[in-house]
Amino acid sequence: MSTTTVAHHDEHHDHPTGIMRWLTTTNHKDIGTMYLTFSLIMFLVGGSMILGIRAELFKPGLQLMNPEFFNQLIGVHALIMIFAALMPAATGFANWMLPLQIGAPDMALPRLNNWGFWILPPSAILLTLPFTLALFGVGDGALATGWTFYPPLSVQGGIGVDFAIFAVHLLGISSVLGSINIIVTIYNMRAPGMTLMKMPMFAWGWLITAFLLIATIPVLAGAVTMLLTDRHFGTHFFDAAGGGDPIMFQHLFWFFGHPEVYILLLPVWGFIPQILQTFSRKPMYGYKAQVYSLWAIGALAVVVWAHHFFTAGMPVPALLYFMYSTMAISLPLAVLFYCWIRTMWKGSMSFETPMLFTVGWIILFGVGGLTGLVLADVAADAQYHNSYFVVAHFHYTLFAGGIMGIMAGVYYWLPKMTGHMYNEKLGKLHFWLTAISFNVTFIPQFFVGLAGMPRRIPDYALQFAEFNMISSIGAFVLGLSQLLFVYIIISCVKGGQKATDKVWEGAEGLEWTLPSPPPYHSFTEQPVVK
Amino acid sequence: MALKQDQVAANKKLALKLVWIIVGALLFAFALVPLYDVICSVTGLNGKTKNSAESAAKAVVDLKREVTVQFVSSVMPGLGWNFYPKQSSVVVHPGQVTTVMFEAKNITNVELAGQAIPSVTPGKASAHLKKIECFCFVRQSLKPGEVKALPLRFFVSAELPEDVQEMTLSYSFFPASQQ
Repeated sequence: MSTTTVAHHDEHHDHPTGIMRWLTTTNHKDIGTMYLTFSLIMFLVGGSMILGIRAELFKPGLQLMNPEFFNQLIGVHALIMIFAALMPAATGFANWMLPLQIGAPDMALPRLNNWGFWILPPSAILLTLPFTLALFGVGDGALATGWTFYPPLSVQGGIGVDFAIFAVHLLGISSVLGSINIIVTIYNMRAPGMTLMKMPMFAWGWLITAFLLIATIPVLAGAVTMLLTDRHFGTHFFDAAGGGDPIMFQHLFWFFGHPEVYILLLPVWGFIPQILQTFSRKPMYGYKAQVYSLWAIGALAVVVWAHHFFTAGMPVPALLYFMYSTMAISLPLAVLFYCWIRTMWKGSMSFETPMLFTVGWIILFGVGGLTGLVLADVAADAQYHNSYFVVAHFHYTLFAGGIMGIMAGVYYWLPKMTGHMYNEKLGKLHFWLTAISFNVTFIPQFFVGLAGMPRRIPDYALQFAEFNMISSIGAFVLGLSQLLFVYIIISCVKGGQKATDKVWEGAEGLEWTLPSPPPYHSFTEQPVVK
Repeated sequence: MALKQDQVAANKKLALKLVWIIVGALLFAFALVPLYDVICSVTGLNGKTKNSAESAAKAVVDLKREVTVQFVSSVMPGLGWNFYPKQSSVVVHPGQVTTVMFEAKNITNVELAGQAIPSVTPGKASAHLKKIECFCFVRQSLKPGEVKALPLRFFVSAELPEDVQEMTLSYSFFPASQQ
């Protein structure tokens, strides 16, 4: 099979080279590479913004920046990390690996795929341009409302809000285009014999993600459009004076915002079991249970949104409903955790970098999940709401549960994508630096949050000084460790020990039947799955 | 990558179906606006009260019960007014009609119009606070330096749930000048 694809590959050398190759490409591997590269760059941009924040929070008092700029950094950091780092990374993996895993020659809608990617860089520029414009005296900087755009602040804000609204529109269009493409690819392009229940778990994770995206991103687009017309065209959707209601924005926003959490995590929950089975050298435990759990989480994700603003004022029956439904999500999640651990149980385990990241991911993401249960408790939430406890909680789910998962995927598939092994020693060093400094950064934030330190404030009371200093030191080590990650990736792309087709001894799946790196056009003859 | 013709057609067909889901989700977002208002006015969520006059003709006075009604006032940015209630709270019997005076002063040197928006806490009490006459029914306009007494006549309906002994009526004055 692989020999026929290689032969086919040689006939197709008429594609453009240089920049035109990347601008016009419809090849899923090229587009996947662009997504992943874009994601890595934006990860560093968003990361340096938060280092500015941590530098300011190193000591109490205002040292480096005024509160307005602080607020701008916080909001843009979040938008970049969510929309321009995590989501494109997952889409990049989907582009690279889905066709290889399901035995398809390419994504179903290649041209749409190209547009989906090339919308991203302009939207990243829109998001960050107000910083630069402010330097030239135009406007007062970027979005300063936090990533949640809550009115009335966002209705009163400067041009940064308008830029962010249009950036969100573009990012949304990119996501729904990508999602359409992924759903069509999974439904229509699977290799003969690969039934839905024989699909790799990564395809399941992404299928549910894509459905969540096309159902909720339009709601976000609608909400920010209403914000835009409130700002400029005299409507009163969120203006109480005109009969509107600012709380309604919170409902609209979190109707998207909560599923968004699972949009970021479901693709990771897809490939984590694949990494576990590879390095445990035994089949994944509970495939069916995992698939049903993923669906259950996807369904619950859209009915629990109001737990993000328990303190905004709700009747008690509504509070109880949102509390219990939120807590119900922990049940399918517990099934997943059980399956992940059971996959490793009595396996012949080895701890290469992807496995280190995966095992670390299970533990740290578990902390994120358990602290989420605390926040879901209505009675307790009044204490935790809008504190650093929340910040620590969602970084355990989104940095540990999201980004460290993505890193596990990078190390797992990098040899397949580049054809070279990465430097294992440096990879392990990167893991330990990341895992330790991550905990040094965020464990203190649980404590200061519980003690009452509010989030999104540039100054704090003196009793929080030591914990904040520890947290800032951790953040700088965490940030600088990622330069090592960049170095490992670049040196792996440039060269290194030749990777075998199978790369990992225990690897299972169609992508490992192709050469490393796979030819430009793969699976032109679809393999047959028994 | 050249796909087979029937494959391309099938892909397009499914993609178009998915586009309809997206259009549906977008329409749903805008449909949520009226839906939200209906849910709020039915359940009293967010303390929304009726902003129109009601009649006390059929009100039954329940002398056995006492309810404390507190008043809170605020002025939103952009409206240069002072605005406060003359009393911070009153104790009333359900069904008993009461008048409370508020006072607003324009502290700027331009004429400004404002609209007061009421909100009641707890939410389940909001449907039972009935206004007979209120300065919040219409836009108020104040000349530079003008002081105006703003009356509110209301009663608490006897159907107020038993466990509510205290409620707070909050008024926020929003700028409402026509540009």
